[in-house]
Amino acid sequence: MTPNATGADAVIDAVTAVLLIVGALMSLGAAIGLLRFPDLMSRMHAATKPQVLGLFLVLAAMGLQMREWWVWPVLAVAWIFQLLTVPVSAHMVGRAGYRTKHLHPELLSTDELEAVVLRAAGQRAAEKAQEAGSAMPHAGNARNGGSEDPNGVNGGPSA
Amino acid sequence: MKDIVLIVTAVILSLAAAGAIYRIAVGPSLLDRVLASDVLLAILGAALAIDMAVNRHLNNLVLLVALTLIGFIGSVTVARFVADRRGQVNDS
Repeated sequence: MTPNATGADAVIDAVTAVLLIVGALMSLGAAIGLLRFPDLMSRMHAATKPQVLGLFLVLAAMGLQMREWWVWPVLAVAWIFQLLTVPVSAHMVGRAGYRTKHLHPELLSTDELEAVVLRAAGQRAAEKAQEAGSAMPHAGNARNGGSEDPNGVNGGPSA
Repeated sequence: MKDIVLIVTAVILSLAAAGAIYRIAVGPSLLDRVLASDVLLAILGAALAIDMAVNRHLNNLVLLVALTLIGFIGSVTVARFVADRRGQVNDS
């Protein structure tokens, strides 16, 4: 920042200061959310504030201070990479959190994954039952000459 | 102006880092700790960028871009191999 700035420099410095302080406040908000929210999912909501908006504000302040045009594409690249990679880690953490049951189901307004998980569990149970049942029908198959398919009776899980 | 911005942001970021480190220390589950370490990384990136903006240098720009590129690998790796250990015998 320019010492004893006047005119346009003073305005740019003031805007930079506001952007920097608000960007830092995003980090503070994330920390408060981490400390106060009850479970993993709501903490993930708070954790994205400094990663996306906080980084954007701080990078914008950097671009304002540098007064060189080539800096802006580099800063945009940094922010775009952050936008691309943060959802990946959030998806993995959220998925692992759901599977290991680190959540309070009474706090969720909707649980769209529950039906999918129940259906997958039902399919897995059906496959396991079919595998356990396929050992004996093979012996019967050899005795009967293999004319009919014993697995055709129970049909198996479709789709 | 410069000193005021530096002091204010340093205090805010220090408080935020303290909160994130507290969550890393006490966090009830491994995923809470991973999430808090992600926030700590974001705070570090913000500190680097604030230093560059206030002092008008670009020494850490490459480090900042690299952080945004590969910062997610750690949490993805940990989340990939996390397992539900509750209800099992603690053999560690």
